[in-house]
Amino acid sequence: MTTVAVKPATMAQALTRALRDAMAADPAVHVMGEDVGTLGGVFRVTDGLAKEFGEDRCTDTPLAEAGILGTAVGMAMYGLRPVVEMQFDAFAYPAFEQLISHVSRMRNRTRGRMPLPITIRVPYGGGIGGVEHHSDSSEAYYMATPGLHVVTPATVADAYGLLRAAIASDDPVVFLEPKRLYWSKDSWNPEEPVPVEPIGRAVVRRSGRSATLITYGPSVPVCMEAAEAARAEGWDLEVVDLRSLVPFDDETVCASVRRTGRAVVVHESGSFGGPGGEIAARVTERCFHYLEAPVLRVAGFDVPYPPPMLERHHLPGVDRILDAVGRLQWEAES
Amino acid sequence: MTVMEQRGAYRPTPPPAWQPRTDPAPLLPDAEPYRVLGTEAAAKADPELLRTLYAQLVRGRRYNAQATALTKQGRLAVYPSTTGQEACEIAAALVLKEQDWLFPSYRDTLAVVARGVDPVEALTLLRGDWHTGYDPYEHRVAPLCTPLATQLPHAVGLAHAARLKGDDVVALAMVGDGGTSEGDFHEALNFAAVWQAPVVFLVQNNGFAISVPLAKQTAAPSLAHKAVGYGMPGRLVDGNDAAAVHEVLSDAVRHARAGGGPTLVEAITYRVDAHTNADDATRYRGDAEVETWREHDPIQLLERELTARGLLDEAGKQAARDAAEAMAADLRAHMNKDPALDPMDLFAHVYAEPTTQLRDQREQLRAELEAAAETAPEGGTHR
Repeated sequence: MTTVAVKPATMAQALTRALRDAMAADPAVHVMGEDVGTLGGVFRVTDGLAKEFGEDRCTDTPLAEAGILGTAVGMAMYGLRPVVEMQFDAFAYPAFEQLISHVSRMRNRTRGRMPLPITIRVPYGGGIGGVEHHSDSSEAYYMATPGLHVVTPATVADAYGLLRAAIASDDPVVFLEPKRLYWSKDSWNPEEPVPVEPIGRAVVRRSGRSATLITYGPSVPVCMEAAEAARAEGWDLEVVDLRSLVPFDDETVCASVRRTGRAVVVHESGSFGGPGGEIAARVTERCFHYLEAPVLRVAGFDVPYPPPMLERHHLPGVDRILDAVGRLQWEAES
Repeated sequence: MTVMEQRGAYRPTPPPAWQPRTDPAPLLPDAEPYRVLGTEAAAKADPELLRTLYAQLVRGRRYNAQATALTKQGRLAVYPSTTGQEACEIAAALVLKEQDWLFPSYRDTLAVVARGVDPVEALTLLRGDWHTGYDPYEHRVAPLCTPLATQLPHAVGLAHAARLKGDDVVALAMVGDGGTSEGDFHEALNFAAVWQAPVVFLVQNNGFAISVPLAKQTAAPSLAHKAVGYGMPGRLVDGNDAAAVHEVLSDAVRHARAGGGPTLVEAITYRVDAHTNADDATRYRGDAEVETWREHDPIQLLERELTARGLLDEAGKQAARDAAEAMAADLRAHMNKDPALDPMDLFAHVYAEPTTQLRDQREQLRAELEAAAETAPEGGTHR
């Protein structure tokens, strides 16, 4: 485990720092994508990298997501560690064939001889007033593909630690960046060095006894806010930040649910066929006898991501979470 | 002021003079496919190369026949034959140096074998015991690729990475005529040209994408013409003329190695057999058409040339046939054995370290296998 002291102002800056440190530490790390070079990325996450490491290491590619990921496969075959940017969530869809038919299974089909250490950075999720195709939460697609790791930070420190871990991983990692947290300077911004440990562990962001909110990425701050608000109603909520959707940390999640006996899964992406269904099923299978109520889901509606002027009605907010928490009073209802 | 007066007052600045970035003329393919055999150019062809090509073509034809037979015997799940296309397959393998890479499609088993991969390992995907049977790094052959054209950007990325590292490596990527309609074909060629990557794209135009003829695949004058739009040279070659394919691919490889960037080569050939054993080719083409192409057979073309120049006699032909027969016998012997499969391999190579979820599932399968072993009759095996 390595530790690096970071005091970045925002999540975007923490990501930039992680990329720069990874490139400095290992000449095999190459950043590539549309606008990542001269412009520094539309969110400025790759700012300054082309200048510092040259355009061969931080490359503006032609505008073609399948080509970006497809050429990254060949580069990884030759020993490089490409970090590709998909610019916006829904822009990644042209690259899905490369992702699913090759990136995710090259290790498997070659019996371990050809692992592909590729990091795929996908800015995802809504809440920034983006127009159509700029706010999707596609994590269920990635989660459903064996061979991929899927991680998403919710804090400035995790943005650094998880990205370093993703780049260091010998397997492909889909690194989901919550767009609306890019400029956040969260309250738990560490003054301490950031641990870089293998991905796959969830953390308890807030301890509580009444119920567990299981969440990740952009919904973590919302759940923290809901937990504060719930105190007024006598609820002491625990918040578990998954950080890694694949691998899934059953241990941390189930330990929490067994303590509290009640759970709500919160995420932005749709409910039907979404991550929450998988998480609720896992929790129910493992914690059934500890549960005082069904595991509930608070998610985005099962609609195409709405236009920006309506997105506040779609995104799970504090009130919707508190409403679900209220419904955990199972005994009272029956 | 009226609108019309305003418009009259409007004086747009003229656009800056536009110049094409490259003169497209040198990139354009010739009108006729390039030929060597049966032309004056044949006299200059290296006799040793022609003999090698001949022996390899005969071996390749036998390999195609043997693999097709194994399909009928149920030993292979499927075999997409390259009978009639052997010249392209062999030349693609022979023009590469040891450090170069070959990126084959699912139909290119023969090129993979000609590159040196064990014939049995090359058939693993089609046999069904694993997806890739050979170590890609041993002979620098990427796994046989089933999705169309998706291996082309891999070739570009690998060649680009090698050049960044200062290594002398060329990648040759193979695709069929149908594959040129895929988006990945476009993206690969575009990236390769922009990056000036040392890549050679070989399109084997064998007339059909399963049943769809070329005329329904593209409206381009030729597939080689597509190169011009990307800013790379396109070459058109008779895909049944082994000497011509070898020469054109060698030129393209040399060009790439010298830093000249990619080339698109279209080899015009014909798939004499059906797409696979699951295909009924009589539904989309007539016997007369197939017969015309049988008369333009790559082995016969070369045999005529070698015989005319006194480079091949009956003993030489027999030697080539004997070597091919020995390969086929060896292939039969290996393929007729049941592969030894370990069901636990299902979990062996999904991640570098299995997730807890996979560890749980692995234990489930282990328990199932142990239970099955206990109830199996003495000496019985579970398959």
